[in-house]
Amino acid sequence: MDSSLVTAASVVAAGLAVGLGAIGPGIGQGTAAGQAVEGIARQPEAEGKIRATLLLSLAFMEALTIYGLVIALILLFANPFA
Amino acid sequence: MELANTINLLNSVNLAAIEVGEHFYWEIGKYKVHGQVFLVSWFVIGVLILLSFAATRNVQRIPTGFQNFMEYVLDFLRGLAKDQIGEKEYRPWVPFIGTLFLFIFVSNWSGALIPWKLIEIPEGELSAPTVDINTTVAFALLTSLAYFYAGISKKGLGYFADYAQPSPIMVPFRAIEDFTRPLSLSFRLFGNILADELAVGVLVLLVPLIVPLPLMILGLFTSAIQALIFATLAASYIGEAMESHGEEHHE
Repeated sequence: MDSSLVTAASVVAAGLAVGLGAIGPGIGQGTAAGQAVEGIARQPEAEGKIRATLLLSLAFMEALTIYGLVIALILLFANPFA
Repeated sequence: MELANTINLLNSVNLAAIEVGEHFYWEIGKYKVHGQVFLVSWFVIGVLILLSFAATRNVQRIPTGFQNFMEYVLDFLRGLAKDQIGEKEYRPWVPFIGTLFLFIFVSNWSGALIPWKLIEIPEGELSAPTVDINTTVAFALLTSLAYFYAGISKKGLGYFADYAQPSPIMVPFRAIEDFTRPLSLSFRLFGNILADELAVGVLVLLVPLIVPLPLMILGLFTSAIQALIFATLAASYIGEAMESHGEEHHE
């Protein structure tokens, strides 16, 4: 009984870790992309530079969700409590 | 792990088994090592050595073909290091940054491009070495060592005095940063590459044909970006450690 409870809680927690972890970076990436589009519209000749910076910073933001994913994977596949 | 076992059991009948936490153990002395990581790492190292050997075997003053390509790669790596570390001191760090970038890049792409699943090994499966967290932690710790070495060799023990640079309040934050840097470096690379492989694996499980292709191409793109990010961050940590606060910072 105990282990099945832990399993259920782990699965829920894994879902929450990714789901909640995706909110912040989602907002951040949206803001960054919007600002980049604005920048390109203002100054089309700087497009290459803006795009390179945008991609790099998007990857940084994505990393935050990935941390949640790592926690989720640990809970699912290498659960220390089960 | 019961849960993992059921998931693996579900997949074992399929073409694309997603196996997490199963390893092909080798025992070396007292230690257990993950053999599949070593095999693919050796493959990646072999590829890199062969490529550099092929490019430099017959060096021409006016480069053509393959030599041209490799010179472009070298230029790119030097530019990467120069952007972060600065014109004056970047040269000795090009090999370190370049090795990090090339190894991570080639291993990420080998995981995505080569159908390792066709090669059977007794346990676990062959995949990119960066899917194993031990590999990425090793890279991250090497990076930590490198920037400590850079800072201490440049400024002596005065490097640690820089922790209190704008004000002494910063000391605990800077100290914590020394621990969070390798943690975030290793988790970022590991998580991204594993997430790619898992997403592709799940999609292949659902629809084996054509549909996973866009995701695979996205995976190639993210793998390349992750290699770039790891190398850029390593370079910027090293550059930051060597930067002196007394004089003005020139771009």
